[in-house]
Amino acid sequence: MSTFIAFMTPYDFSPTVLAVCLLSAVLFVRGSLAMGPDEARPGIWRWLSFFVGLIAIYVVMQTRIDYYSQHMFWVHRAQHLVLHHTGPFLLMLAAPQAAMARGLPHFAHRLLVPVWRSRVVQAAYRFLQHPIVAAGLFVGLIYFWLMPEIHFKAMLSLTRYQVMNWSMLLDGLLFWWLIVNPNARERGGLGFGWRILLLWAITMPQIVLGAYIALHHSIVYDVYNVCGRAWPISPLVDQEIGGLITWIPTSMMSVIAAVVVLRMWLRDSARRRSPGAALVKSELA
Amino acid sequence: MTHPKTRAPRVARIAGLVLVLLTAVSGCSSPQKWDLTNITGIMPQLKFTLTDQDGKTLQASDLRGKIPVLYFGYTNCPDICPTTLATLAQALRKLGAEANAVRILFVSVDPARDTTAVLKSYVQAFGPQFIGLRGDQKELRYLTKRYRVTYGLGKADAHGNYEVSHSSAVFVFDRKGDVRLLGRGTDPAKSYTHDLKQLINDN
Repeated sequence: MSTFIAFMTPYDFSPTVLAVCLLSAVLFVRGSLAMGPDEARPGIWRWLSFFVGLIAIYVVMQTRIDYYSQHMFWVHRAQHLVLHHTGPFLLMLAAPQAAMARGLPHFAHRLLVPVWRSRVVQAAYRFLQHPIVAAGLFVGLIYFWLMPEIHFKAMLSLTRYQVMNWSMLLDGLLFWWLIVNPNARERGGLGFGWRILLLWAITMPQIVLGAYIALHHSIVYDVYNVCGRAWPISPLVDQEIGGLITWIPTSMMSVIAAVVVLRMWLRDSARRRSPGAALVKSELA
Repeated sequence: MTHPKTRAPRVARIAGLVLVLLTAVSGCSSPQKWDLTNITGIMPQLKFTLTDQDGKTLQASDLRGKIPVLYFGYTNCPDICPTTLATLAQALRKLGAEANAVRILFVSVDPARDTTAVLKSYVQAFGPQFIGLRGDQKELRYLTKRYRVTYGLGKADAHGNYEVSHSSAVFVFDRKGDVRLLGRGTDPAKSYTHDLKQLINDN
């Protein structure tokens, strides 16, 4: 029990992370329960996907894992796998936005909806969700924070470290929403072919970077030597594992996402072929 | 027809102005060159309460006016610690009398084996500016966390010896206790001499 408490205690307690996670959970639950059966009310799978994603993000940011992430390269890579890939992917797979908006109290709803619909916010959102910008940003951020000079100072400065983690999370949410948005193109989503293309496009640079790190014969990120590792381990082994995590599970995420997109694509074309049948089906669901 | 004639000098004037501005900006942004890694402003001020090699309590505020140099290690360390401390000792010898402004803080991450007596004989071998410091786990974790470094103890072998993983960073502060520079194990003594001299003469 005491080891569990020690594990769950945040290394650098962040009220922001706690507040954002709690608020998201409350909004999702409140909104989902308020939705009628005629609305797109989240079913059990969407609940599961949402909470597994949210808890995973909280755990890597606010438990002992955060300490290991600061002092072991491979744990840091695993943390970013959750923050940038798995966590946001699961959150967005639940398509929680409608439920969360529904969960807002009236005054907040009245306050936030005009902001969201304002021209500036919409223009910025459309820019960030342009497929080429989104893919460039997704890969660009991974490369940016892994530039040895940038990485070194991000690991020394608490502020930079937090900016790094938040930027990964927010970009992950934007990117994976683009990929798993259940709406087809005529309802505002990105074309399914585009999504497959994007997934392919982001995989290659990640493989190249991961392989470069894993197979490098000397130390690329000396900040872990400089600041000390959480437990005695060979620096090159640490780097190899970190490189492999950057290389393989991230590519696997693209494969899993591609399967999800293909399934959406097939359903969508089935719906187009027999609009009547699809309508009955969606009414039952 | 007169347009191109008047436009050319204007372009030249603007270019000239840009050049002047660029020189001014570059002139005031980098007056000093550092050999070690400049980390000014990205870490908090020096702050700690630990016990020194004579068993007396030492606080960061006791060192105001001095140039503190912070290093984490342990006396049984086979390689990195003695080399780094020897490099620092060499750098101080080259500073001559100015070395008196510097205090090298050797904080033990293995206080179980590094008693005050052990620490005392260890740091004395390197010079009078060296201070050996120890504390309980809470005090130690406070300081290592503040400078985003860590340490870990390995499993003990049959003889009770164990490996310790620790940071190799040398943190250099200024007289006000603000963090300025970071030295790595590979930085030579002359880099420390050069940068410490600059810090000592900074006001």
